[in-house]
Amino acid sequence: MNSILLSVDWALVLEKTLFIAFIISISLVIAMYTTYGERKIAAWIQDRHGPNRAGPFGLLQPLADGLKLFFKEEIIPNSSNKFLFILGPSLAMITAMLTGAVIPWGDKIEIFGRSISLQIADVNIGILYVFGVVSLGVYGIMIGAWASNNKFSLMGGLRAASQIISYELAMGIALIALLMTSGTLSLGEMVRQQQTGGWNFFIQPLGFLIFLICAFAECNRTPFDLAEAENELIGGYHAEYSSMKLGFYLFAEYINMFISSAVMASLYFGGYDIIPFYDESAWGLSVNTMAVLGALALFVKILLLIFVFMWVRWTIPRFRYDQLMNLGWKGLIPLALFNMLITAAFILFLRK
Amino acid sequence: MQLTNRAKSVDRRPLSLMEKIYLPAIFKGMGITFSHIFKKKVTINYPEETRPFSPVFRGLHILNRDEEGRENCTACGLCAVACPAEAITMDAAERLPGEEHLYREEKYAAKYEINMLRCIFCGLCEEACPKDAIYLTETFAPANYSRKSFIYGKDNLVIPHPKENSDAFQKAKGLIDERKEKAKQEKTA
Ligand code: SF4
Ligand code: SF4
Repeated sequence: MNSILLSVDWALVLEKTLFIAFIISISLVIAMYTTYGERKIAAWIQDRHGPNRAGPFGLLQPLADGLKLFFKEEIIPNSSNKFLFILGPSLAMITAMLTGAVIPWGDKIEIFGRSISLQIADVNIGILYVFGVVSLGVYGIMIGAWASNNKFSLMGGLRAASQIISYELAMGIALIALLMTSGTLSLGEMVRQQQTGGWNFFIQPLGFLIFLICAFAECNRTPFDLAEAENELIGGYHAEYSSMKLGFYLFAEYINMFISSAVMASLYFGGYDIIPFYDESAWGLSVNTMAVLGALALFVKILLLIFVFMWVRWTIPRFRYDQLMNLGWKGLIPLALFNMLITAAFILFLRK
Repeated sequence: MQLTNRAKSVDRRPLSLMEKIYLPAIFKGMGITFSHIFKKKVTINYPEETRPFSPVFRGLHILNRDEEGRENCTACGLCAVACPAEAITMDAAERLPGEEHLYREEKYAAKYEINMLRCIFCGLCEEACPKDAIYLTETFAPANYSRKSFIYGKDNLVIPHPKENSDAFQKAKGLIDERKEKAKQEKTA
């Protein structure tokens, strides 16, 4: 027994635990401030100022919003299934946080002679893990919608489920093309490949476009926010939710946005790579400095992608349901297949 | 049957290929929204900034005093008669010997109330007054919780006393003069 305990690398456990705690708090803070960013950007696009009363430039607004949600009355409808009703938002929140585990947030750093990788788990099938967890995310919505025992909620849940299933296909096929060029399933390895060479975006622009559109659909963001659709379904799957349980749903949406931006930045924009087509190790900076710079570069990319999410949201109106399905099945899937074939042909041609 | 010739026929042709891809239109739209980020904002930060009032704006009333601080109003009731909303009520009282420094005329309004919820701010009271006593200002009634608080008595209406608070009195007088000036311009125009 003692030998088992001794053989565990306690420093590793500690380092991972700290890192996980750090990443979770970062995701939460970022999600909080994306709500602020969302409101600000929405306002600017509509020629308004946005929140500017709570604190300087309204920076305390997310805190005020959170506090408000906490103090609101918790209502659990009588006819709902109580266990599932609570499970729904929890699941949405948990799955939103889980994906962060395989994203390489930066290169290694060295502390006390230990080399610490800035990735919680470099799973060699990282991208499959991301897909698995993202598809679990729809359960949060479906369970919540079903447990509410409300027709509008159920409609929202149905829409969310069919939409995510349809768009996951195109997303997966777009990704297969990327896997063929990189030859690995590990996110860490993919990012390392992009360090010295160009970013995958330049090899797979069409793939990125498909992935981006599908990411919008997966995150239930406008133009694909049919699951919420305030004006048709009065809030859709979270119509019956109040207080912090509603907050969790809204929060999960923003964390999802953050994580999917991180995944896109890692897959297509070189992750923590600073300049494309350039080997930064030529600068001769220390490992730690490089890691910090790299992590910063990653965050800049993530924030830019989040901005694109918001920009699109405040530009395009919602798709109609038939348009959504047409676009997914008749547009994106053939396009993704085409992209895959072209990539395969190129690889075959160039390798010969 | 055609009622007007403003009707436009709706284009129901199926989408062309360019339109079916959606992307060109989406990018165009995104360009438009992006340019709006840098446009001038139309919002006015209300308590700090206020919109300028139009020259004919009519807001809350004030009751005038003369230079010695005596109230002008003689409780003739013409304003109440003129008021289309019946917002003004008053009780008249006779000026007693020794009160000459308080009221300019022999009869004065012991109670003078305007119900700001009834008032339509038409300004007819101002025009009816023969004694230069009532004027509308450029402020509006602040929000409140009770109906009662919208019935403004003399304590809310009469302008400050010139001896006790000469600055505030001068300011109020200035506003009244400005108002008279505007009214004159309006008449000549
Ligand atoms: S402004 Fe018009 S409605 Fe208001 S008190 Fe004067 S006369 Fe009456
Ligand atoms: S305000 Fe003018 S019109 Fe009204 S009662 Fe007094 S003097 Fe007469």
